[in-house]
Amino acid sequence: MSESALTLGGPRPAARPRSATGESRAVRWTLIAVAVVFLALFLVLPLLTIFVQAFSKGFETYLATFREPDAVAAVKLTLTVAAIAVPFNLVFGIAAAWAIAKFEFPGKSLLVTLIDLPFSVSPVVSGLIYVLIFGSQGVFGSFFIDQGLQIIFALPGIVLATIFVTFPFVARELIPLMQEQGNAEEEAALTLGASGLHAFLTVTLPNIRWGLLYSVLLCNARAMGEFGAVSVVSGHIRGLTNTIPLHVEILYNEYNFVAAFAVASLLAGLALVTLLIKSVLEWRYAGELAAGGRH
Amino acid sequence: MTEPNRPRWRFRQPSVIPGFGLTFGYALTCLCLIVLLPLAALVWRASGLGLSGIVDVARDPRVASALRLSFGVSLAAALTASVFGFLVAWVLTRYRFPGRRIVDAAVDLPFALPTAVAGIALASLYAPTGLVGAQLARVGIQAAYTPLGIFIAMVFIGLPFAVRTVQPLIAEIDKEVEEASATLGASRRATLVKVVLPPLIPAVLTGFALAFARGVGEYGSIIFIAGNLPYVSEIAPLLIVIKLSEYDYAGAAAIATIMLGISFLTLLAINLIQAWSRRRFGYV
Repeated sequence: MSESALTLGGPRPAARPRSATGESRAVRWTLIAVAVVFLALFLVLPLLTIFVQAFSKGFETYLATFREPDAVAAVKLTLTVAAIAVPFNLVFGIAAAWAIAKFEFPGKSLLVTLIDLPFSVSPVVSGLIYVLIFGSQGVFGSFFIDQGLQIIFALPGIVLATIFVTFPFVARELIPLMQEQGNAEEEAALTLGASGLHAFLTVTLPNIRWGLLYSVLLCNARAMGEFGAVSVVSGHIRGLTNTIPLHVEILYNEYNFVAAFAVASLLAGLALVTLLIKSVLEWRYAGELAAGGRH
Repeated sequence: MTEPNRPRWRFRQPSVIPGFGLTFGYALTCLCLIVLLPLAALVWRASGLGLSGIVDVARDPRVASALRLSFGVSLAAALTASVFGFLVAWVLTRYRFPGRRIVDAAVDLPFALPTAVAGIALASLYAPTGLVGAQLARVGIQAAYTPLGIFIAMVFIGLPFAVRTVQPLIAEIDKEVEEASATLGASRRATLVKVVLPPLIPAVLTGFALAFARGVGEYGSIIFIAGNLPYVSEIAPLLIVIKLSEYDYAGAAAIATIMLGISFLTLLAINLIQAWSRRRFGYV
């Protein structure tokens, strides 16, 4: 205030005095430029490539890719897998968060670490463990095959591997969020005579709704896009056990680049929509999401 | 003779909130069936080989070269991602510029983009005929189908970890500490090196460890750009897939166990860093 009053009417200062806790203008803009150029080259350029290649032979060729029965089968399979895996992890995440955030018991931090475990396991290893159990040489392999139940190289294996890699998503968002919110509101509801389920539905659920949406969104993106784990358990049977990412791989390895990128653009579009909604949630409802530790 | 009023030991603290048994039991059952038992099956399978058997698998020249490549390139990539990640996190939290929010959202792209999609995009960009690859070829650098390609893919997927672990801490830095340092006559550089940076070191190390762990295990975004030449650009996760396709379950389990061991060590390192940080700086 006083500064502007002093300079008012007088000659403009040659340069604004440098703030003691900031960098000079030149340094600042150089750093911004380096960061932006780096991100553009490393992150945005690959994204653009997908769409440029997908439409390189025109819109008609692009659309034709999705008329292929194998592509349709892949889309259907991916939707089916996500429709099973995401609700499963949603229910698990809510149950785990309720037990961990609302109660005190020994071994809690170990439990949280174990829930996070799938994030530190290589996708390929995530698939391998199910092959070792249910494969023809696996621990229970012959048992299930005798029952006429195919798990590996079939839908159940793909679903299991997908559940594994997306296992922590909902729980790790809800646990810190519900811990932050505390028990007071639920306790008030219960004291006023609400049943446990009623308190959960009318008090807890509205409090965690944005966090829930946020985590389901990320869980779904990963479930639909998972490649490594699913590739190990799927067996790559065209039109039968190929998810969208696996179909992309097959088309690419057949040098059918335009079709590969066209199918890939579907997943890239999903990623963009996910990022957009995620960012909107972070800007508008930051207070209603768990702070920090975003993955 | 019983002592009156002595609290009975309970597994959980008493609470008016219901549903502990149901939710705890359900969560624990899921955890055991989906995560713990399958991982135990892997360790059990590998233990059939014995420690000497696992060491033998690791000594096989092709496996040894794949493990060296995976860990070596991943270290280099995590280091690069940490440096640029710090720069990006600093710029995003400290400076205001047009498009900052879009840039901020773009950082999460490698999390959101399926790995296979990122993989074919990187491969086509850096192939000798690709947009970037052709420019690199002019100066005699071949990126695709070499360890350099693997490095690029690993930086791509590691970057968000490096940015997102440091970013919240930069935002929390108390400006008054910097002002105090400046008032006491420290140059800007001295303030940065002696006041601002030290409390950020644990977060930078955590981001580095996360990026490293992700790089070692990564498969989808690497295999397309790597070219997968044995002894040159064949990564350890790919070797697991190859062993499986040859029905060498024991070999696959052995490599997987080695990689799992390394991830556990990385997790342990992260926990130690955070424990140290809590003692030294009072926060994680």
